[in-house]
Amino acid sequence: MKAQSNLERVFAAGHFAVTGELGPPRGADAEVIKEKGQYLVGLVDSVNVTDNQTAVVRMASMAVCRLLLDMGLEPNLQMVCRDRNRLAIQADLLGASALGIKNVLCLSGDHQKFGDHPQAKNVFDIDSMQLIATCKKMRDEGKLINEHELEGVPHFFIGAAANPFADPFDFRVTRLAKKIEAGVDFIQSQCIYNMDKFRTWMQQANDLGLTEKCYIMAGITPLKSVGMARYMQKFVPGLDVPEEYIARLKGVEKKEQGAEGIKIAIEQIQEMKEMKGISGVHVMAIEWEEKVEEIVTGAGLLPRPEVS
Amino acid sequence: MVVGESKPIEEILAMVADFDKILLTGCKGCVTVCNAGGQKEVGILASALKIARKKEGREIQIDEVTLERQCDPEYIDQLEEPINNNSYDAVVSMACSVGPQYIAARYEDLLVFPALNTTFIGGSLEHGVWAEFCQACGACGIHNFGALCPIARCAKSLLNGPCGGSSGGKCEISPETDCVWHLIYDRMNRLGQLDKMANVVMFKDWTTSRDGGPRKIVREDLKQ
Repeated sequence: MKAQSNLERVFAAGHFAVTGELGPPRGADAEVIKEKGQYLVGLVDSVNVTDNQTAVVRMASMAVCRLLLDMGLEPNLQMVCRDRNRLAIQADLLGASALGIKNVLCLSGDHQKFGDHPQAKNVFDIDSMQLIATCKKMRDEGKLINEHELEGVPHFFIGAAANPFADPFDFRVTRLAKKIEAGVDFIQSQCIYNMDKFRTWMQQANDLGLTEKCYIMAGITPLKSVGMARYMQKFVPGLDVPEEYIARLKGVEKKEQGAEGIKIAIEQIQEMKEMKGISGVHVMAIEWEEKVEEIVTGAGLLPRPEVS
Repeated sequence: MVVGESKPIEEILAMVADFDKILLTGCKGCVTVCNAGGQKEVGILASALKIARKKEGREIQIDEVTLERQCDPEYIDQLEEPINNNSYDAVVSMACSVGPQYIAARYEDLLVFPALNTTFIGGSLEHGVWAEFCQACGACGIHNFGALCPIARCAKSLLNGPCGGSSGGKCEISPETDCVWHLIYDRMNRLGQLDKMANVVMFKDWTTSRDGGPRKIVREDLKQ
């Protein structure tokens, strides 16, 4: 065991893991966290807390992680390279560990052009690959990037993202292999809609033995409506929403589209449970946390295991 | 070359709003090549400013001079004659931002204004189109990336391959922006060097970049 996080223990015990996601509010109200977090208690093994997602200023991920710990939820601290240099990143990692945070998800971060402060100077001192290596070096060698020995070593279960739907496709599995080489323990994929492409990517990962070297979680985001599906298809870079799903949503009455989206998500999870190399699902119900229960119940993922 | 572009005429007019007599200085270096601040552009800007001021009913005298370069003290010498023989209210430079700084350093009591926005180190793609190619990090490693620079040309300066926003050869920030990592991939593929792209590239040392503080090169072999 590397970090003894609940997520790591669930994987190690051979269970199919489930993670959720919580987007912090654009304000200082801790009650919002309690409200959103409450929907996830008992349903997931760990909760990702996004870090200024889409480059929009929100309550600090680390603070929200601590609030979740107080609620009995295990957080997964998302950390992006856009907003901090190597000094701030390492300082934050040490602070996160001291606060009891055991899972970290290493990300590059969306470009600030999309966010609410496009005038900002970005950092990108290190990239997501190097952030993984930073976490690993701190944990396994007890050292900072500059080789300075730490007094008190942070123990992180190290995660990263993978997007099989970005280009060039043939490089995507290489990038996964690089993340494993850099030291990643688990991967959460981008939201999956194009199942054929995802199967191909998983086949490549299996063939290279990569699924033996890290836990791969399939990213699932329920589609709320035809509008949302179209938006994701057209405007979210690196997302691939096939017409087939849009046709299914169109095939039901507008007020039933959300229910159809949840049905699709459940079907996807059921396929993921059978897919070789998949160790769990990452359910990103974006601003729809209250539907996670219906999804994980429908997919037969409850009760969540208690692993000591 | 250093690529620049003219500031909007309104901004330049506001800079010289209080003046009646200015010296407009061009540069025959990079900004001539990129059609932003050479002799021709000096003439065009001088005319535009004079017309605008005439319309306001307050004419302005603009003398024009275009130096060999504005980034060498010996060429700044060419300003001695016009500046010493005239009482200019200000000097407006159409060089990259090095030029106005050199003029300001030489003439401590003279107001100096930039007429260009110095934009990037780049090259022309076609007539009238320029793009950024270098960020002057001070430690060139492009040979590791198929001779293409991910620091200047990737929106996130990533060193380990395209991020999840690379789509159809374009960058997530704009359909007009090539994903340099896609270009690197294609080129490494043609060169039979894809195996190199499987290596994790570790932390870059930014001390040679602007992050290490303002930079200076001292060539002992050339110093007198």
